[in-house]
Amino acid sequence: MRRVAIISYGMTKVDRHWNKSIKDLFSEATLKAINKVNIPKVDAIFVGNMCASDLCDQNNIGTVVADHLGMIPIPSYRIEAACGSGGAAILSGFMAVSSGLFDIVVVGGVEKLTDGVGKKATFSLGKAADFEYELFYGITFASLNALIMRRYMEVYKVPREAFADFAVLMHRNGAKNPYAQLQFEINRETVLKSEDIADPIKLYDCAPIGDGAAVVILCPLEDASRYSDSFVEIAGIGSATDTIDIASREDLLLLKSILIAANNAYKMAKVSPSDIDLAEIHDAFTIDAALSLEALGFSKRGEFDKLLYDGAFEPDGLIPVNLSGGLKSRGHPVGATGVYQIAEITMQLLGEAGKNQLKNAEIGLAQNMAGVASNSYVTILKRCR
Amino acid sequence: MRPIIDVVISGWGSYIPIYRLPVEEVARIWGTSADHIKQELLIYEKSVAGIDEDVATIAVEAAKNSLKRSKINPNELGAVFVGTETKPYAVKPTGTIVAEAIGATPKILAADFEFACKAGTECLQCCIALVGSNMIKYGMAIGADVAEGAPADPLEYSAGSGGTAIIVGSKNYEKEPVALLEGSVSYVTDTPDFWRRPKESYPSHAEAFTGDPAYFRHTISAAKLLMEELGLRPSDFKYAIFHQPNGKFPLKAAKILGFTREQVEHGLIVPYIGNLYSGSSMTGFSAILDIAMPGDRILLVSYGSGAGSDAFSFIVQDGIITKRDNAPKVMDYIKKKRKIDYAIYCKIRGKI
Amino acid sequence: MSVPRYWRNIPQRVRMEALKCKSCGKIIYPPRAKCIYCGKNDFECYTIPEKGRLISFSIIRHPPIGFEHTTPYVVGIIEFENGLRISSQITDVDINELKIGMEVEQVFRKVSEDGKSGIIQYAIKFRPIFQNI
Repeated sequence: MRRVAIISYGMTKVDRHWNKSIKDLFSEATLKAINKVNIPKVDAIFVGNMCASDLCDQNNIGTVVADHLGMIPIPSYRIEAACGSGGAAILSGFMAVSSGLFDIVVVGGVEKLTDGVGKKATFSLGKAADFEYELFYGITFASLNALIMRRYMEVYKVPREAFADFAVLMHRNGAKNPYAQLQFEINRETVLKSEDIADPIKLYDCAPIGDGAAVVILCPLEDASRYSDSFVEIAGIGSATDTIDIASREDLLLLKSILIAANNAYKMAKVSPSDIDLAEIHDAFTIDAALSLEALGFSKRGEFDKLLYDGAFEPDGLIPVNLSGGLKSRGHPVGATGVYQIAEITMQLLGEAGKNQLKNAEIGLAQNMAGVASNSYVTILKRCR
Repeated sequence: MRPIIDVVISGWGSYIPIYRLPVEEVARIWGTSADHIKQELLIYEKSVAGIDEDVATIAVEAAKNSLKRSKINPNELGAVFVGTETKPYAVKPTGTIVAEAIGATPKILAADFEFACKAGTECLQCCIALVGSNMIKYGMAIGADVAEGAPADPLEYSAGSGGTAIIVGSKNYEKEPVALLEGSVSYVTDTPDFWRRPKESYPSHAEAFTGDPAYFRHTISAAKLLMEELGLRPSDFKYAIFHQPNGKFPLKAAKILGFTREQVEHGLIVPYIGNLYSGSSMTGFSAILDIAMPGDRILLVSYGSGAGSDAFSFIVQDGIITKRDNAPKVMDYIKKKRKIDYAIYCKIRGKI
Repeated sequence: MSVPRYWRNIPQRVRMEALKCKSCGKIIYPPRAKCIYCGKNDFECYTIPEKGRLISFSIIRHPPIGFEHTTPYVVGIIEFENGLRISSQITDVDINELKIGMEVEQVFRKVSEDGKSGIIQYAIKFRPIFQNI
């Protein structure tokens, strides 16, 4: 297996891009990435997307983007793993390059949630869950997270405020990120007084609905210096699945697929949680942040609030979390999110993160997932010298 | 009418939704006198089906309760008939939904009957015939409705929701019979006292005409005919149940026939839950079975507009003692209640 | 929901038919081709018990498509004696009486309908225990 590098990245701001389509967004991000480097060709495109079929009435997305970019006849196809589509696309690109089948590939994610007017976007997003045995009963995706959140608070006695305070941290970071959808700070009251979605989840526990595209360019590590002065390595990558319905989980409060994916990624990268300098985790809902941090090994089970209040997740803490603002503030254009995370960590490792720059960032971790960790992707990036 | 093979009741069960709309609430909206209505109709509140309830769901719970008492395996049923005037589908039998839900399919007869408020007892007559002719081993007859009266119509105070299932079987086969059928009669004429045309949401009625030429003529004639055929008098019965469109009509019919108030009282459930339409007389009967003792003779007379009455005479058997407590009783359902206001009533009944 | 998709799952959603893994004894619901716990595919039929306990619940105030005008309604996870857990709606319950650990029982109810002219979807929901018989 060849080692794989990321030599460039490109992102659109996450926003309600009424005037831009899937093609526009993906091309914008791709061209940003391509224009920064000196590549002779692109061998293939891997694009992550979840909702185009429902909201844009468009399948065959791989072809759609290759066509718009003027890159036909190269191979191009869509990868779908619900909100983990981005992470899955990264895995696909990694496999393509490390196998030796392709050299330089464009890996991206794109989503146009605002093409679904009214409830159509949330209904489409809900399809990450088990339609026949969860959505059938009117159990919304938010309520699945709510069920877990209530159980978590009951079992571990973690106060409601801790979740609100995590959202506050996300917004504080996102306010400094020019690509973020919600670039403003909030306070605890903002969260606790926001609208009830599915008790106990409130509006400000949830990532916003937005559009965006993020792209990275992969190539064999041994060739990277030919195309760019600065690059990072995908040092470790892991993926795992869990039951599609949350009731069948052996432990309702353990996101086991993240645990397994992370362990595989740590092993491959030959690092442990304490070696990680920064993490971009999948906080689609504040409860997801708590459980993800625990499954990744950054926090003991039921103790995420202790670490939060110790300042461990702050930009100057033990393990800075979501310097981008995370899904809560940077936004969650679902199919693209996993690639945004990779692009953001790459940006940090290359010293290009501006106001949010972490000093001496060497090793970063991205965690992306479908549903409530029914399908997870953990990627570890290392800075290359 | 008497079947060739003796037919017995093997099990019975009812279901009444928990929601109650008091007469006061309806009177408040339309500016009428609650006291006056309560006095006139002898109804205090009515049961209202919840937002996720309909005749199929009511029938299934009543059916399951009857199976709990009967103790038969559902696939021993040869028929599941649902009598109702508020079918969930105009075309598609509720009977199949119920039969599938209780595990009685596929070797089964299942259809919906309509004869206004006597559809349930019509089902019972047919189950008796099928069992009594040895065509099936057990038959289930269900009378259930989620009836509504049009806003501001007098029926709005009284149209309630609920239902009852009765399982009958052959005396030769059933090991713990609950009651033995002595005989039954059906008295029917073309009398258009109350009806609903297909595209109308609510029924219409001929007001005072629904009394003497309709309810009383058929109820009293059927009861008299049955007693004549069986050589019985009112004093031979421990209990008598009549169809209950309100509290006054059954008491008046009883009086005319020569029954005492005491004989009718225990089966009079309409003051607390309203008129259950196809479920009315059968649920009154169920309430009696909840307390009757072996040897008691019970008269059941239904009434359905259009019009007709079915009259049955049953003698309670020993099986009732062991079976009675295996399912919730009618009074249990009557007592389990939650008051709602007119706004919630409109919401859960889909009027807004 | 398409007619075949509703009809196909009537045994599971209406009669609560599940599978029991003969190898590890765990209950599999929804049904799978192989046991998700031990990987074997040797099953026997199993009917989910009438009564269970509510181990979590949520109140939906923003309904999805198809559940408009039914809010607020309650969803929950119910656990049974044998460790099986399923998700469902909790009906006939006062929001103020909801408590983790409360006993609930099966009840056959309407879940949704495909507009005024489509089919009605029925399934088992749960409600607070009516009576301990």
